[in-house]
Parts: sequence; structure tokens; C-alpha cells
Amino acid sequence: MSLAFGTRKGPGTGATDPAAPSTQHLLRRKRRREAARTLAFLSPWLIGFGVFFVYPLVSTAYFSFTQYNGFGSPTFNGLKNWNYVLDELPTFWQGLRNTVWLVLVMVTLRVAFGLGIGLLITRVKTGAGFFRTVFYLPYLAPPVAATVAFAFLLNPGTGPLNHLLGELGLPQPGWFADPNWSKPALTLLAMWGIGDLMVIFMASLLDVPKEQYEAAELDGAGPFQRFRYVTLPNVSPIIMFAVVTGVIQTMQYYTQAIVAGKVASGIAGNSGQQFEPGFPQGSTWTLPQMVYNLGFQRFNYGAACVVALVLFAISMAVTSILLRRRSGFMSSDD
Amino acid sequence: MTLSSTPTLTEARPGASRTGTAAARAARRRAVLHWVAVHSLAIAAALFFLLPFVFVFLTSVMDDQQALTTDYWPTSWNWGNYGKVWDTPGFLTWWRNTLVYAGAGTLLTVVSSLPVAYALAKFRFRGRNLALMAVIAMMMLPPQVTVIPMYLFWAKQMGLGGSLWPLIIPMAFGDAFSIFLLRQFLMTIPKEYVEAARIDGCGDLRTLLRVVLPMAKPAIAAVALFQFFYCWNDYFGPQIYASNNHQAWTLSYGLESFKAAHHTNWNLTMAATLLVMAPVIVLFFFAQKAFIEGVTLTGVKG
Repeated sequence: MSLAFGTRKGPGTGATDPAAPSTQHLLRRKRRREAARTLAFLSPWLIGFGVFFVYPLVSTAYFSFTQYNGFGSPTFNGLKNWNYVLDELPTFWQGLRNTVWLVLVMVTLRVAFGLGIGLLITRVKTGAGFFRTVFYLPYLAPPVAATVAFAFLLNPGTGPLNHLLGELGLPQPGWFADPNWSKPALTLLAMWGIGDLMVIFMASLLDVPKEQYEAAELDGAGPFQRFRYVTLPNVSPIIMFAVVTGVIQTMQYYTQAIVAGKVASGIAGNSGQQFEPGFPQGSTWTLPQMVYNLGFQRFNYGAACVVALVLFAISMAVTSILLRRRSGFMSSDD
Repeated sequence: MTLSSTPTLTEARPGASRTGTAAARAARRRAVLHWVAVHSLAIAAALFFLLPFVFVFLTSVMDDQQALTTDYWPTSWNWGNYGKVWDTPGFLTWWRNTLVYAGAGTLLTVVSSLPVAYALAKFRFRGRNLALMAVIAMMMLPPQVTVIPMYLFWAKQMGLGGSLWPLIIPMAFGDAFSIFLLRQFLMTIPKEYVEAARIDGCGDLRTLLRVVLPMAKPAIAAVALFQFFYCWNDYFGPQIYASNNHQAWTLSYGLESFKAAHHTNWNLTMAATLLVMAPVIVLFFFAQKAFIEGVTLTGVKG
């Protein structure tokens, strides 16, 4: 909509030509049309936001104070669900502890490994395209397929990895079947799919100005010092991004943990047997699995909603760290 | 994004010192050693990333007896295993369901997310930053947080339990991650293009379709790919809504119970695993560039 060629008239001219709308009137009409246009463009998401975000969130909060199993209607029972989850459900705390373990070990190792692979790939001269594709490929494997594959590769009976370790005279852990090794096994799986981090680290490493390396070299800096004083400061925003998104992904950690448990335990649903997540011995419990278990296996919707709210609170707290770095993450043109 | 260029960071340039001085020879020897070290590491890493595929493949063609042993190498190559998996009851249905879910989901997501992303990137209005924050909050929300009321809504009120519709329909209302990614890209289109189109008398919708859409093709391709992969890989959604109906299962959901449900050995399970992996990997090779661009678009605005 352009006003440039329209009837642009001073405030006084309206009187001489009563048929022409005043500038103010035009402006107001324009503003109203712009608001309608904005609303129209946003409408799919505005509906989605209301129906798939606000409504279920309010509803989850409400259910957390009620007793409800899907039949009849929810009845208010105060803080009972909260007390139950926080005091009488040891697996809740176990799930939180597992999540902390995954954040400390899995996220850290993934970020370090992603940076390492990124550094490596920017230095490869011969066959760079081949190596890049090979390093990236496992990231594309669907999580369920990758987990089933690893459940086979790491199975203590016939798995090729343990066979290999045995031939080398190394200890053969039980991996997904051993409570002490199930999280390391999941970590190994997560490091195999490093492709996403490799790509963003590679992009930022290529953006480091070459002059800085040359200057550092002239000053007599060795490879370690160049990494410490040139590379690291330049990629630190990406490290921060990788850590925060890694923590958010860990809060949502579900598919790999539940599939690994199911395949390793030999109970894979379907046959009427119900699989309780966390196998072996609760070592792979995470909060999302608890929502599933409480809600869809035990039909205790109230307790499931308590866990969902805790999950929501933690996720939003982590997200707010990301948002505080507004400048980069939400680049704005004004 | 220049992925193809490999930078020379620290290496001494061979040929730059043909004088044959001791220093130059030492520098060249260092460069050669550096080359060897880097490429040995790269080969070691490549083995780590490739060997799982290799072992899965080798096991997938073993016969039933050998698949119970610790052998690495198949004594006979049973390509028929793939046929057996293909003929397993349900496998074709899972394929069809997965394609419907991923195809319809991707199409709906792109169509509904583009206008929203455009408005967030190019319109000025009050509450725009708030809207953007809401998009990000939605993007970071674990699906489990809202699943109880959503399940009750779809299964009890809409009667759509046992189908994939509760997963497909919401995608007609914009997907937060796609909106965010498209918006990041649309921000980079100079507003002169949009203004020029407006002066030429294009309405907003026409501007979006005729001017912005052709320029945003790489971002749209990336968003479409991501969404396709998301649907293809989704496990939680089908588990919640379709687990009680075999006819509605997807590949990702069916694969997990493949071994137990069909009383099969590891060889058939690994063949099925490769059959689930293959389409996304083939798709990646056709659309590598768009995909890598998309990954960087999400993160590198640091």
C-alpha cells in the first residue's frame, strides 16, 4: 500500500473538498489494514500457539492438582500429586540424577568431540569431501535405527565391539545391560552422531581471521597457545550455543534411552508385556520417560503432569539463558 | 558458507622455499609430518564413524545360524534377508504410514510456517519481539510437557486415537522451529526488494509468493528436509497415538519391536535397520547443500 501517489493533503484542504478523506483518516485506515494484514499472516501460528501451547500448559497445571485416570472427570486433590512425586517416587530423583550425569558427561564430551572433529576436518587436505561426508553420516541415522544398531553392536553376548575388546585383552563391559555402563553406552551413541556439532564448529572455525593465526605465529605462539588464545576466543559463542542446546536436548532425552532399554532387556512391547523404562535398574530413567510411564502406563495423569511441569520449568530456565544472549540468537534489524 | 575450501592455517607452503636451505627443509619436513598426523587421525575417526555401519551390514546378510555367533565376516551372503524383511507382515504398511506422515507433515509445515516467518521478519508491529520469544519458547518445549492434555483432546474428544492424524493436523498451524529458521533467513533479504514490490503495486501475499518465495528457496528446502527427517525419526508421537493400532505404526516405531514381535534374529533386525536408515541417507545425498546450510542457519548467528 503506497500513500506516495495518493491524495496527500494538508489538514486544511479537507474543508475545500469534503469528498476526499483526511490524512488522519487515511493513516488510521492504513494502520488498521496493516494490523489486519499482520494478524492474517500470523493466524496459523496464533491458533497453534493457543491450542497446542497455552491450552495444554494451563491444562497440565490444572491436572497436577487433581486425581484423574482418564475416566470420569478430574477431582481436586490439592498437593497430593506433588507430594507423591517428590517424596514417594524414588525414580523421579533417579531420573533427575541421570539427567545431571548426562548433562555433565554426555554434553561435555559431545561438545569437546564436536570441536575436535571440527578442528580435524578444517586441517584435512586430501579427501576432505570424503571425510566430511563420513563424519556427518551417522548424524542422519534415525535415532531408533541407530539405537537398535548400537544395541546389537554393544550386546555383551555376540556384539562385535566386545568381541574386539576381548581379542585385544581388554575388559568387556555389559553396556546397555549393565547399570554402570548403560549411560556410557548412550554417550558413545551420542558421540557417534556428532555431525550437527561438527558442521557448526567447522563453519565458525573457517570464519576465524587468518591474520590472527599469522600474528600469533610471528609472536612465537606454539600450536597449543594458538588454540588457547586465537581459536578458543573466536569459537566460544558457538561452544556456548552448543552447550545450551545440548542441555535442552538432554532434558528431552527419550527415544534412545527407552529404545536401548527395550531392546537390551528383550522386552519390546507388543506382546502384551509392559516395559518399564529405566532398564537396567533405573539407570536410564529420564523425566520425559517418567511422564510416559506415569501417564500412559500407570494412568496417573495427575502425577504425570507434575513431572511435566518440572520438565517445563527446567527447560524454560535453560532457554532463558539462550534468550539472554539476544544479540546473536535473535538478530534484529531495528 | 564455504564448505569446499580447506584453509591453510599454519602449514609452511611447499614450493615457496626452493632455495634448499636447512631451515626450509626442516619446515617442509614439519609440513609432511603434520599432513601425516592429521590424516592418520582422520582415518581413525572415519573408522569410528563407519565401522558401525559396516558391522550392521555384514550381520544383515548372515544366515540365521551365523548371526548367533560372534563372527564378523559372513560365510554366505544371504541377500534374501532383505526380501524377508520386506515381506514381514506390516512392514509395507509402516512404510506407507511413514511416507504419509512425513510427506503431509512437511507440506503443511512449510505452507503454514512461511507467512508467519515473513510477518515476524518483515512486518513492524507491536509485540513482535514478544511473539518471537513465544516462538522460541515453543521451540524449546519438550513434547512430553503438553502430551497429557493433548492426548486427552485428540483421543477422547476428537476420537482420533490409534491414528497419526493427531501428529499431522497440528502441522497446519505452524511449526515453531521452522518458523524460527525461516525467519532467520528472511531477515537477510534486504527490505528494498519488499518495498520495490510494494511500490510496483504488489499486495503482501503477492510480494511473499512472487518476490520473497523464490529468494527463500534454500531456506525452504532446509526447513522441508528438517521436517521430513523429524517426522521420519519421530518415535514419541507414534508411540503415544498409534501404539494400540498396528495399522498406524511408522517405521521408527515398528523397528524397535521388530526383533521381539517377529521372533527374528539379529540378521533380519539389522537388515530392517538398514532399510529404515537408507531413505534418509539417500535423501541427504540429493540435498546435501540445503541440509548443511540449514544446520548452520540454526546456530552460527552467534
